[in-house]
Amino acid sequence: MSVLTLDPANDPILERRRLIREAAAASVRRRKLSSTIALGLCWVFLGLAVVPLVAVIAYTFAKGIVAWNADFFTQPTKPAGIPDGGVSNAIIGTVIIGAVATLVTIPFGLLGGLFLAESDGRVASAIRFSADLMTGVPSILIGIFGYVALVKEFGYSGLIGAFAIGMIMLPIIMRACETAIRGVPGHLQEAGLALGARRFVIARRVIVPAALPGIITGGLLAIARGVGETAPLLFTIFGSQFVTWNPTKPMDALPLVIYNNSQQPDPTLLSVAWGAALLLMVMVLALSIGSRVLAAYLQKERR
Amino acid sequence: MTTESVHTPPAGAGADVGLSTGEVFPDRHEGDVVMRLRDVAVAFAGRTAVRDVSFDVYNHEITALIGPSGSGKTTLLRALNRMHDTVRSAKVTGSIRLGDTDVYGPDTDPTLLRARVGMVFQRPNPFPTMSIYENAVAGLRFNGVRKKGLLDEAAESSLVAAALWDSVKDRLKAHASTLSGGEQQRLCIARALAVEPEVLLMDEPTSALDPIATKRIEELIGELKDRVTIIIVTHNMQQAMRVSDQCAFLLMGDDKAGELIEFSATSKLFSQPEDPRTLDYVNGRFG
Repeated sequence: MSVLTLDPANDPILERRRLIREAAAASVRRRKLSSTIALGLCWVFLGLAVVPLVAVIAYTFAKGIVAWNADFFTQPTKPAGIPDGGVSNAIIGTVIIGAVATLVTIPFGLLGGLFLAESDGRVASAIRFSADLMTGVPSILIGIFGYVALVKEFGYSGLIGAFAIGMIMLPIIMRACETAIRGVPGHLQEAGLALGARRFVIARRVIVPAALPGIITGGLLAIARGVGETAPLLFTIFGSQFVTWNPTKPMDALPLVIYNNSQQPDPTLLSVAWGAALLLMVMVLALSIGSRVLAAYLQKERR
Repeated sequence: MTTESVHTPPAGAGADVGLSTGEVFPDRHEGDVVMRLRDVAVAFAGRTAVRDVSFDVYNHEITALIGPSGSGKTTLLRALNRMHDTVRSAKVTGSIRLGDTDVYGPDTDPTLLRARVGMVFQRPNPFPTMSIYENAVAGLRFNGVRKKGLLDEAAESSLVAAALWDSVKDRLKAHASTLSGGEQQRLCIARALAVEPEVLLMDEPTSALDPIATKRIEELIGELKDRVTIIIVTHNMQQAMRVSDQCAFLLMGDDKAGELIEFSATSKLFSQPEDPRTLDYVNGRFG
């Protein structure tokens, strides 16, 4: 074991240590300056992003809350000049259309996401690419597709609206499921394989349960996105002033009420539109917060 | 190689700054204390993971932290260079000093501190997109060193010290992933050494390696102590015996928090421990 060189002036290691420490101290001073500048810019841009958001929310809240009363939630939409109109028909429509769209898309989205996560083949990459394209397609095109392909044949109905909304939701759910399933460690799959389990059994009993928080979050966010869409409904559900629970008939929906009423000169109808906008905003917010809370809860459960 | 550094115990129990090290090291001086831990505890989200840790780490000695799983060895090690800073719920209490620096002092910059207290991890983690050379000098570049001469000098010196130079000097531009696992771990040691830290923390550095690569790393650790003070976590008692001068034995208490049971010279800890729990552990009765 060699004896230490204890002469600080001649020890190359101590000399190098000194040089490196000097460089580090200087770079920390530089980094602190650039960090302060970068942080300042972050605050500025945060402000620029938050101000319009807060303004929209505050304005919608102020305009919408005055429309909220018992009639608003219990009465259907009424034509201009008739008092005490509400949006009960649109609430029912939105809930039913959203529910049908969700029930149909979740199995497809989950199985599709599972396939995408498990397969790296050409088919999978083609589907993945199409799904990414679909999220970018203007939603009005999907509405027109629903009109041309289905409405012309079967007439306006809530089901076709649900189909159009589902087209919006499907790629979102599928990609969210894929991401969640890919996040499950590969050794869990191997552990299952080593027990002699078939791949689908492993997926059903091990992989999907482990990915559930991500799947649920993705699903709820897709629903939030879907129920807020207007364009796919414009050409498919037509709108209806009557309260109907039957999705094979024309229905109304909250986005459609906002769209239609906001073009009316009648101040009562305008107020109803604001109220519907606030209601839609609250529903989407509740879905977003709910998905996060649920995901956090599920994550915690398994620790 | 490490046996010659373990001094034979002279008569009379030695004591440094009120702490029994179990054995007097005659050539030790108060000024040789590199790190001083007093009542160190680490808690995550209010739950204590390790506590009541006090000992001194002397210059150019190898200190091993041993104990069964859950005894807080790694948690304690990571407290020494403020790796817990990135975990929001983690809280380190007590006092840790590096020379004159209060490790958790308000004026201590954690990045500058970590350049002085390097770390090698369980699994070799060379940066995958960098060449061998770039890996070796990565710490210098991160700290703003631009001088080619200094970089080259540090790369050669650290790769030589990590016993890697001869096999990589002709392919410094090759990717680090072309190295074997043991070589990758030695590259990680070189990468840590290049910054010329005063202390090198090693967290079970051989647990992912085969026995031959492990042997080479252990030999290397013994050679490195001229250059740097080493604190090593190991779950392998034979390894602690082979490489370390001082040994800290930690054990999980009743409330699941790790505690320091005994700290003394390695030879004493393994032959005549003071605490019966240490005796049971080193004799393989549990853990």
